[in-house]
Amino acid sequence: MSAGQLPRWVDFGLIPAINLAAAFLVSGLVVLLIGENPIEAVKILIWGSLGYGEGIGFTLFNATNFIFTGLAVAVAFHAGLFNIGGEGQAYVGGLGVALACLALDHYVPWWVTLPFAVLGGAVFGAAWAFIPAWLQAKRGSHVVITTIMFNFIGAALMGYLLVDVISKPGSMQPETRTFEEGGRLPLLDSLLPGDFFGTSQVNLALILALLACVFVWVLIWRTRLGYEIRTFGANPTAAVYAGISPVRIIIITMMISGGLAGLMAINEIMGAQNRLLLEFVSGYGFVGIAVALMGRAHPVGIVLSAILFGMLYQGGAELSFEMPAITRDMIVVIQGLVILFAGALEYMFRPALVQMFSFARTPATQAG
Amino acid sequence: MFDTLILILDSTVRLSAPLLLACLAGLYSERSGVVDIGLEGKMLGAAFGAGAVAYLTANAWLGLLAGTGVAVGLALVHGFASITNRGNQIVSGVAINFLALGLTALLGQTWFRQGGRTPSLSGGGRFGNIELPFAAEMAHVPVIGPIYSELISGHNILVYIAFAMVPLTWWILFRTRFGLRLRAVGENPAAVDTAGISVTWLRYRAVIACGILCGIAGSYLSIAQSSGFIKDMTAGRGYIALAALIFAKWKPGNAMWACLLFGFLDALAIRLQGQEIPGIGQVPVQFFQALPYILTVILLAGFIGKAIPPKASGVPYLKERT
Repeated sequence: MSAGQLPRWVDFGLIPAINLAAAFLVSGLVVLLIGENPIEAVKILIWGSLGYGEGIGFTLFNATNFIFTGLAVAVAFHAGLFNIGGEGQAYVGGLGVALACLALDHYVPWWVTLPFAVLGGAVFGAAWAFIPAWLQAKRGSHVVITTIMFNFIGAALMGYLLVDVISKPGSMQPETRTFEEGGRLPLLDSLLPGDFFGTSQVNLALILALLACVFVWVLIWRTRLGYEIRTFGANPTAAVYAGISPVRIIIITMMISGGLAGLMAINEIMGAQNRLLLEFVSGYGFVGIAVALMGRAHPVGIVLSAILFGMLYQGGAELSFEMPAITRDMIVVIQGLVILFAGALEYMFRPALVQMFSFARTPATQAG
Repeated sequence: MFDTLILILDSTVRLSAPLLLACLAGLYSERSGVVDIGLEGKMLGAAFGAGAVAYLTANAWLGLLAGTGVAVGLALVHGFASITNRGNQIVSGVAINFLALGLTALLGQTWFRQGGRTPSLSGGGRFGNIELPFAAEMAHVPVIGPIYSELISGHNILVYIAFAMVPLTWWILFRTRFGLRLRAVGENPAAVDTAGISVTWLRYRAVIACGILCGIAGSYLSIAQSSGFIKDMTAGRGYIALAALIFAKWKPGNAMWACLLFGFLDALAIRLQGQEIPGIGQVPVQFFQALPYILTVILLAGFIGKAIPPKASGVPYLKERT
């Protein structure tokens, strides 16, 4: 092991843990600043998210959204691309899901609608990622900037459609009509005996999310395309010499990424809201960046960090109920801190750790 | 018709000023090689700081100082992450946007208990409009009169500062030693380092300049344009400024025109809301909201000239290989 390298368990386990601890420590200081007891807040947060069935249900429901958006960011990461347009892709994906549900819900049961809704969400999400991808691949405009722009263009487009085009006739609400049974995913609660998950909206989309994790794992580590994606991400120049077409990789990767983001709408629109409404993505797309970063762009890591963020959302809601001084905005603060420490300040503690570990190893080397 | 035009242009100037300040802020940062998508967060933080302090002290200047302080603080966090720790600059920017959004709403509620807003400002807590000399006398002169008294006169001091920053920024970037080095560090940091100039310190200064301008931009929103801070009051202006920066191809003069254009679209959208345009019919307001972004994407695609960012932007500088 050469200088500056760390054992794998430190790189993939200890460093993220330290970063997360730092983020939570600062969050605790914020809680102190607004005059509440951080220890008490943590207790409420954990109890609220994991302490009882309904809380677990909501945690898993939120986690489902985060798995999709996290996977979306992760797939792009592997190709060295930064897809920050998950927000817009999920929003437009919602249109695809809603169109499928609106067209079919009167005629067929949900399990016939589901494949069409999945296809709709994925295709619409992928389409929204296609233009930035094409612009990056062919015209050299940076995908980060174009996907940001497309988030806003998507928001404007969806706003227009919801207000003026597909809203429920005779209603001022910017939303579509509520889907019939045929356009609703069953809640997990209705499939399991007992009433474990209570009123929470965790639904079959969770299973779909886990399948998506398997899909991404197989795609990235077990297929030729995945190998090409990782090669391109590691070294675009070498990839070209290996006969990999950058245009193809950029466009395909971004479309897979956008498609995964679009599937988030299955959970939110088909599984929970049962209608398309304004701003239903509400930040899940952006937080996907944090999920992917913390999960080290690996499906297992993403599931774990998605659950963590799901806990934050659900526990945070509980917290704002129990401690009115801590509003839901606290969750946004914690997210910001997690993104900062686990993402941007990723390497802050690394030099110290490298020093520590090389120091610990020195006597052994001398003895050998 | 002429009066309507003057009115639209007048609100164009008001709406462009914060964009322009934020856009120039981004210009300093990105010209030095530090990509900044955290303009939005810095503006929001500044708007809150300014609104809170201006309320507590009833002094707009102290508010401006506080707002600028908050923005510089956030800018230093960005600098610490992306310059010192060589972290991902995009991620750092996203983090700052989240932090500002959450903290301003949370602290606003804790301190003022008005649903995240700061209490309404009055009198000295706000920057009032300045009547330029002879504005009233000139008002009756045809054509020039309204232009002078409506369009040029009667804005608050921050608007004039915003537009004065354009030539100043140009002069700093293209006529001073600091500006030359700043541009060099954004193109080729290794060369600057070889010349014995600290890349780190230069970039920190650029990031601080960015913070100061974002601070003025944010303060403008809460204590000049409105009378107090409202939750999420930047509403995407930081991103529009970013789009304007690209649209302006990272040049100060262009930045002014880009911001005026985007401000004009905004003013037009407000004006045309719910109105029929002869021959076209009613244009959805969302179209105007999306237009700045669509124009920027088209520009980025290379269909209207080519926008080439500073060469080293987004790349952390590593002095030596370890």
